[in-house]
Formats: sequence, structure tokens, C-alpha cells
Amino acid sequence: MTINELIKQLPLTIISEGDLSREISKVFCCDLLSVAMGKAPADCAWVTVMGNVNTLAVASLTDAACVTLAEGTVLDEVVVEQAKTQGITVLATTEPVFDMALQIHQKLTAE
Amino acid sequence: MSDQTGSAGVVLKYTVSPDDFTRAGEASSKVKNILKQMGISPDVIRKVSIAMYEGEINMVIHAHGGEITVTITPQEVLMELKDVGPGIEDVEKAMKAGYSTAPEQVRALGFGAGMGLPNMQGCTDEMKVETELGVGTTITMSVHMEDK
Ligand SMILES: Nc1ncnc2c1ncn2[C@@H]1O[C@H](COP(=O)(O)OP(=O)(O)O)[C@@H](O)[C@H]1O
Ligand SMILES: [Mg+2]
Repeated sequence: MTINELIKQLPLTIISEGDLSREISKVFCCDLLSVAMGKAPADCAWVTVMGNVNTLAVASLTDAACVTLAEGTVLDEVVVEQAKTQGITVLATTEPVFDMALQIHQKLTAE
Repeated sequence: MSDQTGSAGVVLKYTVSPDDFTRAGEASSKVKNILKQMGISPDVIRKVSIAMYEGEINMVIHAHGGEITVTITPQEVLMELKDVGPGIEDVEKAMKAGYSTAPEQVRALGFGAGMGLPNMQGCTDEMKVETELGVGTTITMSVHMEDK
């Protein structure tokens, strides 16, 4: 499933638009950036409440397909601009981490 | 950053600024992009990116920034991270997953889980930590190119 297809089916808003045609491999949850750095699978949809500039660095270095900010986490204007320049897709939802991750997982496995 | 190509391979040099969290990761991102352009395998790129980013973050959090030299040869990606920070008192302890002396404000940013050095070791084929209290720390890491 691509990011685009996912957005159409779930309550997600686009904060920064990267390549929305990217295929998602898995859903991944973690708020500790060092752990995410070591464990996030490539092309994953990473769900987190940690929204800062280092989140972008980790997403980019691990080659995550997109970052999904849960629980209504907001990004600084400056960070949003950086995400846009770096072409990193950032999505947002007011739902809790687990609920959003579960829904993404269900969509991915229903294919 | 400077960039020289010679018989020793491609040599890249970066300066990591102290206490600047917003810029930490810049050097790793640049190296990642260069490796991509060189057509290096995604697995090698991922390992180098993770190891170097953790090292870079450590230089920002625990030392006062420093210098990174990356040498790319057909056999390996060699990274040397040199700082003149406080040094590491007990390297064996520091290498343990979960051990961290990171201050609270660093934890609030999602770091300080004590996973950095273990991640660096896990991602690299060779790693050497040279450190002296009050003098600084030099970490040398190598990721071998896969023979395919
Ligand atoms: N470059 C460095 N200079 C001084 N101390 C360091 C350096 N890198 C790591 N350390 C020490 O080793 C500990 C463990 O490092 P690490 O595994 O990366 O965990 P974390 O960075 O999350 O604390 C740090 O908390 C710090 O005490
Ligand atoms: Mg660390």
C-alpha cells in the first residue's frame, strides 16, 4: 500500500508532502529516537509523539516512508519547512499511537 | 566540508558544532547522500548512517562537538569521530545498552536511551574507542562493503 492510499482511508492530515507514491513496508512505533534509529525498518510508517527536528533526521537516515505524528503532536513551523525541503512525508492524527498503528497495520494486512 | 579523491579513496571531513541539536545529523545525511550517489548498497548505507548519526549526536550531547573524517574505499567505509570532550570514564559500562549519563533535557528530545554506542557497535564491522579523561574521545568505525 502506498502512503497516498493510506491517507485516503484513515484520519490523517498531511503536514509535509514527500513522495506519496512510496510503498509502505510495515508500521513501526517508538518515541525514543535512538531506539527508532536502530530498529525502524526501511520504508516503514513510523508512528510517534516525538515531533522535533531530530525525528526528521532519524526518519531520513532509516529511510522511513513517512512519519505519523499521533495524539495531536504538532511540529514547529521551522521543522515543517525542513521536512518539506528534505522531501520527508509527515502526517498527523489526533488518535493515540496504538490506535493509529493498529489501523495502519490492518490496512496493510488487508491487502 | 572538504572533499578529496586520491588513491586512498574518497575522503570527507566534517565539523560537528557543539550544543546544536538542530544541526546534529547533517554530516550523516551528507555522507548518506554521497554513498547513494556512488551506488553503494542500501544495507551498507543504512549501517553507516546509523553509526555515524549516533556518534554525531554523542559528540553534541556528551562532548563539545568535534571533527569527523569519512574515508570511502572499495573495501570499506571508515569513520573517525574525534572530540576534545570530557572523555569516557568506563568504556565497558558506556557500551552497555541502557547506560546513559545524558541530562534530562536531552531525554526530553528522545535521546539518552543509552542505545547509541551499542547501536554503533551493532552496525559496524570494526569499532575502536580511544578515550582519555579530560582530553577527549576518538571513535573509529568501519563498515565493510559486501562482496557481491
Ligand atoms: N563522545 C563522548 N564523549 C564523552 N562521553 C561519551 C561520548 N559518547 C558516549 N559517551 C558516554 O557514554 C554513555 C553512553 O552513550 P550512548 O550509548 O550513546 O548513550 P546516550 O548517548 O543515550 O547516553 C553516554 O551517556 C556518555 O556518558
Ligand atoms: Mg548516544
